[in-house]
Amino acid sequence: MAKKNMIALILAGGQGSRLSPMTKVMAKPAVHFGGKYRIIDFALSNCSNSGIDTVGILTQFKPQALNAHIGIGAPWDLDRVHGGVAMLPPYMSEQGGDWYKGTANAVYQNLLFCDQYDPEYLLILSGDHIYKMDYREMLKEHVAAGAAATIAVINVPIEEASRFGIMNTDGNGRILEFEEKPKHPKSTLASMGIYIFTYKKLKEYLIRDAADPNSDYDFGKNIIPQMLADGETMVAHEFKGYWKDVGTIQSFWEANMDLLSTDNEVKLFDTSWKLFTQTKIRPSQYIGNCASISDSIITEGCVVDGEVKHSILFPGVRIDKTARVVDSIIMEDTVIEGNVIVNKAIILEGTTVKASNVIGDGKSIAVIEAGVTVEPNFSGKI
Amino acid sequence: MSKEYMAIFNLDEDESDIKALTAKRSIASIPIGSRFRVIDFMLSNVVNAGITNVGIFTNSDSRSLVDHVGDGKPWDLNRKNDGLFLFTHRLLDIANFESKLLQNNMEYLFRSRSESVILTSSYFVCNLDVSKVIKSHEASGADVTVVYTHTETADREFQNCFTLEVDEKHSNVTGVGKNIGYIPKADICMEFFILKKSLLISLIQENARNRRYNNFYELLFGKLKTLNFHAYRFDGYVACINSKSSYFKANMDFLELNVATELFKSPRPVYTKIKDEPPTIYVDGCKVQNSLVADGNIIRGTIKNSIIGRFVVVEEGAVVENSIILQNVRICSGAKLYGAIIDKNVVISENAEYKGDEYFPTVVEKRNMYLP
Repeated sequence: MAKKNMIALILAGGQGSRLSPMTKVMAKPAVHFGGKYRIIDFALSNCSNSGIDTVGILTQFKPQALNAHIGIGAPWDLDRVHGGVAMLPPYMSEQGGDWYKGTANAVYQNLLFCDQYDPEYLLILSGDHIYKMDYREMLKEHVAAGAAATIAVINVPIEEASRFGIMNTDGNGRILEFEEKPKHPKSTLASMGIYIFTYKKLKEYLIRDAADPNSDYDFGKNIIPQMLADGETMVAHEFKGYWKDVGTIQSFWEANMDLLSTDNEVKLFDTSWKLFTQTKIRPSQYIGNCASISDSIITEGCVVDGEVKHSILFPGVRIDKTARVVDSIIMEDTVIEGNVIVNKAIILEGTTVKASNVIGDGKSIAVIEAGVTVEPNFSGKI
Repeated sequence: MSKEYMAIFNLDEDESDIKALTAKRSIASIPIGSRFRVIDFMLSNVVNAGITNVGIFTNSDSRSLVDHVGDGKPWDLNRKNDGLFLFTHRLLDIANFESKLLQNNMEYLFRSRSESVILTSSYFVCNLDVSKVIKSHEASGADVTVVYTHTETADREFQNCFTLEVDEKHSNVTGVGKNIGYIPKADICMEFFILKKSLLISLIQENARNRRYNNFYELLFGKLKTLNFHAYRFDGYVACINSKSSYFKANMDFLELNVATELFKSPRPVYTKIKDEPPTIYVDGCKVQNSLVADGNIIRGTIKNSIIGRFVVVEEGAVVENSIILQNVRICSGAKLYGAIIDKNVVISENAEYKGDEYFPTVVEKRNMYLP
């Protein structure tokens, strides 16, 4: 098979338990986001827009929704004759089989997949980040520095730095030290979990790591520190722009709300860097005579006749007359009947909120599960 | 069942009353209902009956149509066996067939494995259950089945369409005419026919010899005396997009709940091409009422009783009322539209005003993107 310069692997096996109940039936990268997308669409669209035509998606936890979403990869232009998209769950071999024991182990178990394309460079991505990034810029720096690994970093406020893996660099972007969640951070350059490796180098380290029974088989804990200790050339690629790890309900809600300004940093309306997704064809949104909408994003198949303020509606949502939805995220095909107030809530797909209800207190984020009927005068939790 | 049928779309449609919208495209590919194109409806009808072999024959400029239907993927017609076939080279000009073109044309008919053919136009917008028509055709044992609709408003709608004389007792067609808009009551031919492929081939070959007709349908109706025509009555919503005013009315019909429900909430969905636009953003201060709005729009102004396509920007202070805005249009601040149809790629400048009504909507024609 023809050689590929760079292929990508997306780590999409995470459970995302802090996003429960959104992750009850799907892995975190499959969670719906931003009105018509799923979280993994960002990484996939970045690949497509960066000219990467071979992408492996490493799945482990409840992959059904992801499998259905990605299919043959056509929305991202990844239905290719040579390359394209491949779903890579753990598998059996002559020596038996193993679950993916860590990020590095997951890639190790898929060296055979990578070898098919004989890539010069391997791009490792997380499937659960919200950002737009041209990986070609990063590759350029990687090649110019002759690095073994390049790690994308973002400048974070010093008070938040101890939540991240922090890179301490010299003046030229060369990484001198890596500290995972340091108590007293020496720098504010946080790892974004995006790596480019020179493939041959990485392969050596992965094989070595796999043979070590005491390893955590993790890029951050094992592979990167080992490469640094061995004196490999490691470079930090500083990313300037919007990037968010939607790990918690709070950050998920915030990242969604960030989309609501027309000059939002994710630049949804930038047609030169489109965000692609699997789309069900539905009619346009119908806005009724009694509707009042401000500061919101609404999409296909919605029927809105109530008040919607500072909120995000997914496809097929119905907001009836006299309903009021504020600061909320309403997912696919959910119905909000009349005389209902939804104030700072995330209501998952296929749910019906019957008339005369109040959901959310406007302070903490209320979450209503998928596929339930919220009876009138409901209070408390489902 | 569906394998026994193939569908041929005849896009040789009368454009004389809708020229402002067809200067750069065929009627079939005029955007309608905010995110669809005219042909989407009948194409989806056919596909929803399980038909997987569809040939589209066009006479006119087909760049826009080819761009829209592509390889047929949205309709699941990108098939290895059968699928979508586009014939864009004046093959419909059946009065002036060159033998070479005729042979080419016939090749498609001969090679298709289907025994029967659905011959249809694209410009009747409806959600027609084609499998029911097929059943009725088979039960009737007729040579030709033709779908029609009964209307009490033929003086205002369906201008220039074929009218049928139907013997309702026997569901037979006994005569054919044209709707010239004098009599409100009429049975309108929906230009949807089912017949044996062998019959269609022999009719075309016969016509190639004597060159009597230059229109498929006239060719068929010419056999009214010798063949058995079964009439299938369709009682759902239907519009014929053959004039500016019928186009305007059909769009406005989509705002009616019963029409929208029939067309879009049916178990037979309407498919169209996907453009990967982001959701629409409604900015603080906008006012939108009774309107159909596609994705990809930024709305700051006022919209009322209107149909808004994709990638439209309505600036602050702009007012769009009773209007149809197609894709990629910017309405600058202070502009006022009433009864207007704004075609693709147009910028309506600040404080500009366009006014029309449902019979004579003002059309601002499509611009090419490379023009300043």
